[in-house]
Parts: sequence; structure tokens; C-alpha cells
Amino acid sequence: MTLNTIWFLLIAVLFIGYFILEGFDFGVGILLPFVGKNDTERRMMINTIGPHWDGNEVWLITAGGAMFAAFPQWYATLFSGFYLVLFLMLIALIIRGVAFEFRSKDENPKWRTFWDWVIFIGSFIPAFLWGVALTNFIRGVPIDANFHFIGNFWNLISGYSLIGGLVSLTGFTLQGAIFLSLKLEEQFAIRINKIARKLWIPNIIAVFLFAIETYFLTDILDRLGVNPGFVPIAAVLSLLTVGWLVYQNYNGWAFFINCLAILFSTTTIFMILYPRVLVSSIDKNLSLTIINSASSPYTLKVMSIIALIFLPFVLGYQIWAYWVFRKRITSNKESLHY
Amino acid sequence: MDELIVSLSRWQFALTTIYHFFFVPLTLGLSVLVAIMETQYVKTGDLIYKNMTKFWGKLFVINFAMGVVTGLVQEFQFGMNWSEYSRYVGDIFGAPLAIEALLAFFLESTFLGIWIFGWDKLSKKMHLISIWLVAFGSSVSAFWILVANSFMQAPMGFVEENGRLVMNDFWALVTNPNVWVQFPHTIFSGFTTGAMFVIGISGYHLYKNQNNEFFTKSFRLASLFGILSILLVILIGHSQGQQMIKTQPMKMASAEALWNSEDPASFSLISIVNEKEKKDIFSFRIPRILSLLSYNQFSGKVEGINQLQDYYAEKYGSGNYIPPISVTYWAFRAMVGSGFLIFFIIALILFFVLRNKDIFKFSWSRFIPFAITLPYIANSSGWILTEMGRQPWVVFGYLKTADAVTPNLTVGMILTSLIGFGLVYTGLMVADIYLLAKFSKGPIFQEEAEESEISYWESEI
Ligand code: HDD
Ligand code: HEM
Ligand code: HEM
Repeated sequence: MTLNTIWFLLIAVLFIGYFILEGFDFGVGILLPFVGKNDTERRMMINTIGPHWDGNEVWLITAGGAMFAAFPQWYATLFSGFYLVLFLMLIALIIRGVAFEFRSKDENPKWRTFWDWVIFIGSFIPAFLWGVALTNFIRGVPIDANFHFIGNFWNLISGYSLIGGLVSLTGFTLQGAIFLSLKLEEQFAIRINKIARKLWIPNIIAVFLFAIETYFLTDILDRLGVNPGFVPIAAVLSLLTVGWLVYQNYNGWAFFINCLAILFSTTTIFMILYPRVLVSSIDKNLSLTIINSASSPYTLKVMSIIALIFLPFVLGYQIWAYWVFRKRITSNKESLHY
Repeated sequence: MDELIVSLSRWQFALTTIYHFFFVPLTLGLSVLVAIMETQYVKTGDLIYKNMTKFWGKLFVINFAMGVVTGLVQEFQFGMNWSEYSRYVGDIFGAPLAIEALLAFFLESTFLGIWIFGWDKLSKKMHLISIWLVAFGSSVSAFWILVANSFMQAPMGFVEENGRLVMNDFWALVTNPNVWVQFPHTIFSGFTTGAMFVIGISGYHLYKNQNNEFFTKSFRLASLFGILSILLVILIGHSQGQQMIKTQPMKMASAEALWNSEDPASFSLISIVNEKEKKDIFSFRIPRILSLLSYNQFSGKVEGINQLQDYYAEKYGSGNYIPPISVTYWAFRAMVGSGFLIFFIIALILFFVLRNKDIFKFSWSRFIPFAITLPYIANSSGWILTEMGRQPWVVFGYLKTADAVTPNLTVGMILTSLIGFGLVYTGLMVADIYLLAKFSKGPIFQEEAEESEISYWESEI
């Protein structure tokens, strides 16, 4: 396997980790104003992700850094081409991050309600936009021979990409609900489980629509990077299993399998893409690939060594952080930090 | 039209970066101070140190959140507005950015979460280690981003291939002499910022309520920490000037408004210049001092703006190689001026503290809190000098700023993002200052009582 492929894989892994982890952050934020009936409940919800949301977001920052280091042309074309989408996403992530921190630092109910809605908007927008962005990866965007994006904002919006957005939106909301049912004290958790049962249905519908459109609208059939084989099937199967598990109230298993569902579906996208990183809709031959967008072999080698040494530590202490905060959140106000 | 796109992108970059750097130095300094306080608590078991940790820790966390969210924009801006830059130097420049995220951001964010939420979940030792790891992570982050910045100031460790720069020596990047002055200068200016912040807020309380043990302890700790930091900042700043003479003489000439080469060279105390006609309107200079600053001796040639312009025009082709002179000139003076002021203020405070005299019986001591602004002025003007003084280059000698901008942006797009960031940032600033003011009013707790814990996360302080 070449270093270029390894870095493609690594970036895929970073995105998968990001979607799984920040997926439930987003879900919690989206559910917050609707599920938390009073201030204490809302605080409990925010506290389930309190120690983790920033660490989860660093998965995205690292993915961005890794794209810059390993595939600078991809980084440059993608973020300049998706300028306004990224701008919206950044604004959302900004207001959401401070909202967690600011919300409970003032007693005034108006202040708190205001930041609750900021958390909602700041979670809703990126949860939707990620689907839009990934759909455009595989659908293709207008890229010319100099790797320049020559379209505009509206090239990125289509029926197909909107359905992609719905997939990620419903998927992350479901992920958040299942997470909450694991992290909140019993009574509250039971209520959340009922909500998860409902959320599962729109998610599965969106995924089916998306699969059908992908079949018709992309070039996956005549131009498969690697044969995704059982992976998309596994994605759908896990999602169906999640539905069953949620109805049986096996929330631990449901969470695990839903993580797998996110893993398999993101993997499918990256498999369809490989060895390209951004498809050109003007001419297939102008697509950015892991070869023509990559850094020099020397840079890739240096970065590989560093990643190899430090990634295990990062994984180790992030897992440990989840272990430290494994207990359910109770309504005891003393124990609520946010 | 193109001019406008470059200007707007520059404005956006400058505003968002300066805004980010409003929070960064306090994170750098306050994390260490809080870690020292908690160390004292773990060592002595004295609850007053625990209260100090929690009180300053809370202000630290509010500031940190702002640092995090504004940093997010930075990470993606190079691709958004500076795509040609990213293509041209990505092979080199991306590496330190990715390393920073992997080595520093994960560490800071994970352990800060553990620290905030882990008071009753971890052993005292483990909790203490978490805050030290946060402080360590912040400094590591500063190091790697400054490796990236130093590459732009004094490029090293690469070859030019097929119209892009390609890394061929990672070690050269890390050992760039520029980073080894820039990094300590920035770190210690961060420490100074943290110290001044604690001094100012403690001073405010002590002036109103003189025998408060809590703030007296904070005040003393911060003064000691502050004097060491500011001394190092000034000493290293001096080495930086000498480094600058070697790598970017034009920046120095412009920061000194030195039109023509001089040997020995004079230091400008105050100059008012007419940039268009390239002459002084008014100037008062001290002979030989610039040579002294540059070479540690009273003679030595310092190149002037006119000579350097001719030299660069010959080397790189015709064009204007002079950065905005008044901006760099005044930024330099604002930074150095604030630096010496900070030094005198802290030295004065220490003079009283070390002799156990009460400084707060003097009515002028009520002005101490205003000194909090000084490090902020110095930090921003330091960066403005560094970045504006490098113009027209974005990568010195290799890529001009005007060639670095994304070609497919429209004025409308940049205006949208510029105004959007501006509005959101302004709103956040208001909320942030409101909260900082609210929480720096101070904890209410029974000083001596056993359970004297301030209510930390509950807001009804
Ligand atoms: C000298 C120090 C320094 C400088 C010059 C910069 N930063 Fe910074 N940055 C930090 C020092 C720092 C920090 C101390 O590590 C922060 C501030 C508060 C915090 O949470 O970490 C941070 C946060 C921070 C974050 C959020 C990390 C998180 O989620 O935990 C990102 C993505 C960046 N920065 C990226 C950048 C980029 C791309 C810069 C260049 C333009 C930049 N920073 C300049
Ligand atoms: C590693 C860190 C940094 C990098 C890589 C970096 C890079 C850049 C780039 C690409 C530009 C655009 C070119 C231009 O507009 O002139 C720029 C400009 C600028 N940067 Fe930095 N910068 C860094 C840190 C900072 C920091 C921390 C500050 C201060 C808070 C700062 C202040 C500025 C300013 C004021 C400009 C505008 C200069 C102008 O408009 O002429 N930079 N920098
Ligand atoms: C008092 C004497 C000081 C001297 C002689 C000095 C010197 C310098 C010089 C020469 C530079 C430009 C480096 C370059 O562009 O290559 C610089 C940058 C900078 N200074 Fe200072 N400085 C002083 C005080 C301060 C103080 C008090 C602070 C903040 C508390 C500060 C913060 C900065 C920052 C943040 C930068 C930009 C980052 C960098 O390039 O290192 N400086 N300083």
C-alpha cells in the first residue's frame, strides 16, 4: 500500500471518528430545546457531552490539518470551492461552542433560553451541511484543469445533496438520542428511548432515498474505485438492527451498532471516492486524486512517522476520558458543571 | 476588482487572527498560573489555594472557550481565502498545522474537559496532572503554529519544484533560528499577559478591601511570575531584533523609519513621516543606538529603506518592496513601550510586596487594573509588526500576498463572510466581557471556615 493510500485511509478514519463522536454531540444539541422540559433537564443533557465536545471537535481540526499536510490541493480546492458552505458551518460551530460554556453561567431564564436555541441552531446546521458536503464529494463539482473550483454556491445545492443532508441530520439526531438514553438517569432515559424509536424511521427513509439517488446520479457503477462489496449492505443492515434494538430497549447495543452504521456508511462514501478525493463534474479526468493532489513522498513519510507515534496516545487518553465519565448524569445540581 | 479581493481577504485574515490572538496569550499564561495554584493546594492542603484554583480557573475556562472557537476559523481560512498559498506551500506548511492538532489540540481539549468535570471523579494528583497537561498542550500548540509562521518569515528546509515549494528537510523547519526566538518571545508574552490579568483583578479587589488574603496571595504569586516573564520577553525581543536584521532588514528599516543606510545607525525616538514622498516630517533620533540594538556594539551598518528597495527591485524584479511604514513604526513603538511600562509597573509592585509594605494605601494604586490592557496592546501590535512588516511578501522572498489569494472568490462572497464573522465576533465579545466582569467580581466565601468552597459552576455567586 502506498503512503498516498495510507493517508487517504487516515483521513477517512478521522472523518469516521468525527462523525461518530460529534454525531452524538450534534444530536444532543438538536434535541435540547425539545426534549429538556425544564432547566435542570436541559443542563443534564448538556452535561452528558460537557467534558467531550471539544475533544470530539478536534477530530475535525485534525482531519483538516491532515488534508492540508497530505493533500494540499484537496484542502485548497475543497475549502475555497465550498466557501459559503464552510463559512456557515464555521459560524454554527463557533456559536455552539461558546454556548455550552456561557449558557449556565447566568441565572436569567432569558439568557439560558437564548443560548439553548443557539446550541440548537449551531448543531442543526452542521449536522445537515455535512451530508450536503459529502454528497458533493461523490456527485462531483465543477473543477477545471488547474484544480480551480469554477462554480458557485448553487452548484452545491441539489435535490440529491439535500437528501444527503437529511441523511446526516436524521442520523446524527438518532445517534444523539441513543447516546442520551445511555447517559441520563433512568426515568429520563426511558423517555428518550421512546423518542429514539420515532427518530429511527425518518433516518431509514432518508437513507433509502439516498441510496436510490446515488445509484442513478453518480458514476459509481462504471467507475468504482474499489468494490464496496458488503460494506453498504452492512450499513443498511446495521441501521435496521438499530431500529430493532431501540424498540427492545437495548440501548447499549443500539449505540454500538449505530456507531457501526455511521462507520459503514462513511466508509462506503470514501470507497466510492477512492482513489479520487474530489470528483470533477466537468470531466472525469480532471478529478483530484490521491496522486495529483498529494504532497511530496518526503512530507508523507515524515507525517506518517509522527502519526504512527502519537495517534495511539491520543486514542488512549480519549478512551480514558470516556471511562472517567462513564456514570449516568443525575439531576443532582451539585454535580452539574455546565 | 482583484485588488479589492486581496484587500478584503487581508482584512478578514487580520481581523479573525487578531481576534483569535486576543484569547490565546491569556490561555498560555493563566493555564500555568492556575496549575501553580493547584500544585500549592495539593502540596499544602490549604483550602485557600483550592479556592484560588477555582476562581481563576473559571475565568480561564471562559477565555479558553473563545480561544477554541476562534481557532477553528484559522484552521480552514488558508484553504478558503488563500488557496494559491495553500497549493504553493502546502507541502511544507500543512505539516506543522497537522502536527499541532495531533499533538496539542487533542491534549488540551481532552484534559481540560477532564479537569473541569473531574473535581470529584479523580484523585487530587490526577486532577493536578490534567491542568498541567492543558498548560503543556497550549505551549506545544504555540510552538508548532510558530514553526509554521517562522517558515513564512524565514523560509527553510525546502526546494522549489514544478512551481511549488517542496519540503526536503523537516529538521531544518523545526530548528529554524527564527522559531527559537519567536516561540519564547510569544510564550513569555503570554505568561506576562496572564500575570498582568491576575495582578489587575487582584489589585482591583485589594484596593477596595485591603486585607483580603485570597487576593493578596494571588497578587504576590502573579507579580513574581510576571517579573520573570516580562524580563525574558524584553531580552528575547532584543534577540529577535537582531534576527530580523539578518532575515528581513526591510522590516527593521521600516519599523525604525530609517530612510537611508547608516553606520553607525541612529534609533528613532519619534518620527512622523510622509510615506508617499519618502521623507521625514519630523524626526528625533538618538545616534548609535540602533547599531547597539542590532549588533551589541556602537557601530555597524544598518540598511535603509531606499537602499533595500533598490536591492530587492534588482533581485526580485521591479515592484514596491516597502511595507506600510507608519503602521510598522508605531506598532513597534506600541509594543516596546508597553513592554517597558509593564516592567516598571511590576517592578514597582514587587518593591512593595517584597518588603511586605501595603501598596494599596496609595490612591494611585487604583490605576493598577488598567494595566491589564498593556499586554493586549503589545500582543496585537507585535503581530501587526511581524505580519505587516513582511509585506508585500506572504512567504518572504517566494510568494507575494497578492498572488496568494483564492482566484474564484467574488467580492460578494468575502463581504458576506467578513461581515458575518464581524457580527458574530462582536456579539461574542460582548457576552464574553459581560461574563468575565461578572465572575471577576469575586467569590463570596467564608475565609477561614472548613468548608469554605466557593460555589464554582453555580452562577449565583
Ligand atoms: C502562539 C500561540 C498561537 C498562535 C499564533 C495561534 N494559536 Fe490557535 N490556539 C492556541 C495558540 C495559538 C492555543 C493557546 O493553543 C489555543 C487558544 C485557546 C485554546 O483553546 O487553544 C488555540 C486554539 C486553536 C484552535 C482550537 C483548538 C481546540 O479546539 O481545542 C485551532 C483550530 C487553532 N488554534 C488554530 C490556529 C491557527 C490555524 C493559527 C494560525 C493562523 C493559530 N491557531 C494561531
Ligand atoms: C502561525 C501563525 C500565523 C500564520 C501562518 C499567519 C499567516 C498569515 C497570512 C497567510 C496572512 C495573509 C497575508 C496578508 O494579509 O498580509 C497574514 C496576514 C496577517 N496576519 Fe498572520 N499569520 C499567523 C499568525 C498571526 C497572528 C497570531 C497574528 C496576530 C494576532 C497575525 C496577524 C496578521 C495580520 C495583522 C495580517 C494582515 C497583514 C496585512 O493585512 O497586511 N498573524 N498572516
Ligand atoms: C520591550 C521590549 C520588546 C522588544 C525589543 C520586542 C521585540 C520584538 C520584535 C523585534 C518582534 C518582531 C519579530 C519579527 O517580526 O521577526 C516582536 C514581535 C512580537 N512581540 Fe515583542 N518585543 C518587546 C516586548 C513585547 C511585549 C511586552 C509583548 C507582549 C506582552 C510582545 C509581544 C510580541 C508578539 C506577540 C510578537 C509577534 C510574534 C513574534 O513575531 O514573535 N513583545 N517583538
